Amino acid sequence: MTEMVYGSMPARVGEPVLPRWWRTIDKWSMTSIMMLFGIGLLLGLAASVPLATRNGLDPFHYVQRQAIFGGMAMVAMMATSMMTPQLVRRLSVIGFGIFFVALCLLPFLGTDFGKGATRWFSMGFLSFQPSEFLKPFFVVVCAWLIAAGQDLNGPPGKLISFVVAVVVVVLLALQPDFGQAALVLFGWGVMYFVAGAPFLLITTIGGLVTAGGMFAYANSEHFARRIDGFLTPDVDPRTQLGYAANAIQEGGFFGVGVGEGQVKWSLPDAHTDFIIAVAAEEYGLVLVLIIIALYAAITVRSLWRLTRERDPFSRLAGTGLACMFGVQAMINMGVAVRLLPAKGMTLPFVSYGGSSVIAAGITVGMLLAFTRQRPQGEMGDILFKRGR
Amino acid sequence: MTRIPLRPLARILSARARGENPDTIERENIRLRQKQTHDRARARAQGRLLLLGVAFTMAFTSIGARMGMMAATMPTEPRNASSGAQIEAQRADLTDRNGRILATNILTHSLYAQPKDMVDPARVAHELVGIFPDLDEKQLLARFTDGRSFLWIKKKLSPEQMQQVHDIGDPGLLFGPREMRLYPNGRLAAHVLGGTSFGAEGVNSAEVIGTAGIEKALDARLRDPANAGKPVALSLDLTVQATVQEVLEGGMKMMQAKGAAAVLLDIRTGEVLSLVSLPDFDPNDRPQPMVKGDPADSPLFNRAVQGVYELGSTFKIFAAAQALDLGLVNPETMIDADAPMIWGKFKIKEFENHNYGPLLSVRNMIVKSSNVGAARLALMIGGVRQQAFLKSLGFFDPTPVELIEAPYAKPLVPSRWPDITTITTAYGHGISASPMHLAAAYATIANGGTLVRPTLLKSDVVENGPRIISPKTSQEAVAMLRGVVTEGTASLGDVPGYSVAGKTGTADKPKKGGGYYHDKVVNTFACTFPSTNPKYVLILTLDEPMEIVGSQVRRTAGWTAVPVAAEVIRRVAPLLGLRPEVETASATEVTLASN
Repeated sequence: MTEMVYGSMPARVGEPVLPRWWRTIDKWSMTSIMMLFGIGLLLGLAASVPLATRNGLDPFHYVQRQAIFGGMAMVAMMATSMMTPQLVRRLSVIGFGIFFVALCLLPFLGTDFGKGATRWFSMGFLSFQPSEFLKPFFVVVCAWLIAAGQDLNGPPGKLISFVVAVVVVVLLALQPDFGQAALVLFGWGVMYFVAGAPFLLITTIGGLVTAGGMFAYANSEHFARRIDGFLTPDVDPRTQLGYAANAIQEGGFFGVGVGEGQVKWSLPDAHTDFIIAVAAEEYGLVLVLIIIALYAAITVRSLWRLTRERDPFSRLAGTGLACMFGVQAMINMGVAVRLLPAKGMTLPFVSYGGSSVIAAGITVGMLLAFTRQRPQGEMGDILFKRGR
Repeated sequence: MTRIPLRPLARILSARARGENPDTIERENIRLRQKQTHDRARARAQGRLLLLGVAFTMAFTSIGARMGMMAATMPTEPRNASSGAQIEAQRADLTDRNGRILATNILTHSLYAQPKDMVDPARVAHELVGIFPDLDEKQLLARFTDGRSFLWIKKKLSPEQMQQVHDIGDPGLLFGPREMRLYPNGRLAAHVLGGTSFGAEGVNSAEVIGTAGIEKALDARLRDPANAGKPVALSLDLTVQATVQEVLEGGMKMMQAKGAAAVLLDIRTGEVLSLVSLPDFDPNDRPQPMVKGDPADSPLFNRAVQGVYELGSTFKIFAAAQALDLGLVNPETMIDADAPMIWGKFKIKEFENHNYGPLLSVRNMIVKSSNVGAARLALMIGGVRQQAFLKSLGFFDPTPVELIEAPYAKPLVPSRWPDITTITTAYGHGISASPMHLAAAYATIANGGTLVRPTLLKSDVVENGPRIISPKTSQEAVAMLRGVVTEGTASLGDVPGYSVAGKTGTADKPKKGGGYYHDKVVNTFACTFPSTNPKYVLILTLDEPMEIVGSQVRRTAGWTAVPVAAEVIRRVAPLLGLRPEVETASATEVTLASN
């Protein structure tokens, strides 16, 4: 009592960290992410067994690995989501520097695992892919630049961020990894769009791309054949796409049953790029729709929360991260149902892959940090405006 | 929008008067302005974020809907094998000009399996591999036993193979009737015919669709039921085609060339009597298109129509013919041919740094193949008229022949036409066209001056296109070409009795990055025969040939393309029904004989 009266015991200023975190975090998105991760492990039980048997390992070897990496990803997500936007920004700038250097060093120190593209650093028992980590940090750095550019007398942030984006895209394209390059470019484009790209410019670019595509289609036999091949209604049943399509059809609404699927034995990428086909075959349309709904929920809810955000930096960074996350999932599933031309891209949290899942954890951790409820100065608005 | 100045003078002055710091006013105004822009940016961002949200919702919904649609359809699985629909003669035959068959259909069967009805999959797999050695037994067995209910095994069976499969006697093996395209002449005219493949496939029938060449170009017409399978006659002559192919193949090997092409054209009708491109392929078993490397190295590449090359000195006759036609010169006019010719920073030289000048007649310019002479003629004509003339000969557009590849083979024409282009074009550099283009243009020059449009379809009508040059010019041009053979660069091309007239062309191949190779050439001989009354045009092209019989390697057309063309004419002319012009020995001459 005496201590309280005389203030010798330190009194807490403000709310404790954990309760505030729990109060302000977007619980729906976080729950969706957890569910996606759970589904990923569940599908891993089915999809990674053939790979393990092929490599002569314990059947659930890859599931165990994924669980360990997933645990790390969850920890990373929690830790990141507790940070303030400023702390996220500072760490991201450092992270961007590190992984940018790592990306530059890839041609000299990286390995290609015989897949024809040098994307990985191999460190004996584990390997990692710097471009996966670079993506979220890149988004934050660009958001910072663009937001700074919006200030009065600020630096030319849009131009600098565009230069950064182009450099990163070129580095990725040299690997070559056109999927990631396109994703990075898309992330930048979305931020530029939300930061107020002139509509004239957008329509001009859209028009030019359309015109260019039509010109190429009309004049290049090779290009036309590629497009026709994608548009043709029937697909060669012996390609990955054919197997995937067949698996979705075999699965029907409720699936052929747990562990009964066949497609995982014939698809080399069943545990990564085509895991949605495994889900569709074994658990049917039901699970697929749940997965789609979860991704849609995370993306759209985050965007909805960001409409209320007043800090330009948080708004832009959140938009970039949410859109990148959503589009990656969309492309992966769009390829499996042949809405998009074939392009290898992992399904975040669900596909197997250590780098992929940890990077996805960091990405959504940052996203959660940016979409937390913060005082937005509405009170000030009301008080301020009343005086006029 | 009215903007409040950051330092409004009235307030600054009054603040100063009151002894306050005026900078606070500026700072406050900056803060307000910043807040304003932020609010505007936020309002805009809100709208755009909502837009993004809607876009994502729609995209995810469409993926879900598509998933639902796919899940709702059954995997394609033809139910049973009944011999229901008849599919005879769904595609018209192709014949040559004399009705000999180039492409026809035969009835065959495809083999498929329904593993659920199979009695002994292991035995079936084993025996099938015995019949079809290209199948893999292990893989086949795996497919029979992985739970699928349907799979294709072979798309086409021969009757013997079918009987052997019958003899396995397993109820899980079934046959589907098929009509397949057969090219009884194998590799002959492969590039004209192109090839076919199966389109939509079912158990009872399969579409046969053209994949290349005339099969694809005329696909709709060949498949049209209204024509009731009436054969389509092509302009090709099978015998001539076979002869040209045989001679060209031998010539290509003898001259160490990596490719060759020949076009034989009837100059009155524009009918292509023979079109050969080597290396070739068998349209019954069309190879896959190359994925890597230069598509021009693939045997599928039609050098006569798709290949555009700088055709070199064969172009000189166009400059001469135009100058004659315009009345600028006559064949004996002396023109400046002093080599080397300096034009700005360019130096025009003759072959092996000869000098045919200082003055040379137009006729001898063609006979000796003088670059400088041709350049001078072209400058007399002028770039605008030269362009118009070449355009009227068809060098600016794809050829109209009925091949699907033809519209894509656009000649490479310089976009600007300064004097140096006029000069180089006169001797066939800087402009690239296909041998088919050259054939049409030579036919136009030789047939009395009316435009010839090459065609692969038989047509008996003599079609007189618009007039390009006068009959007199045509005659003079052919006479000059005859001079090239009798006393010029193509002396090896003189076939007794058939009075060949033609022009050689040796062009260095352009490098990918610019500049030219010195040891890689495209050799062309463009000729017409008989020169007394021209009836046919033959264009023969060899890709990277060399003649290594002599003490030094020769790469000029006169040593490579010309002798091959002469052999072609010597063998083909009688087949075409041309009578040799025999010079009757005069009665007074004494015939020497000895034993």
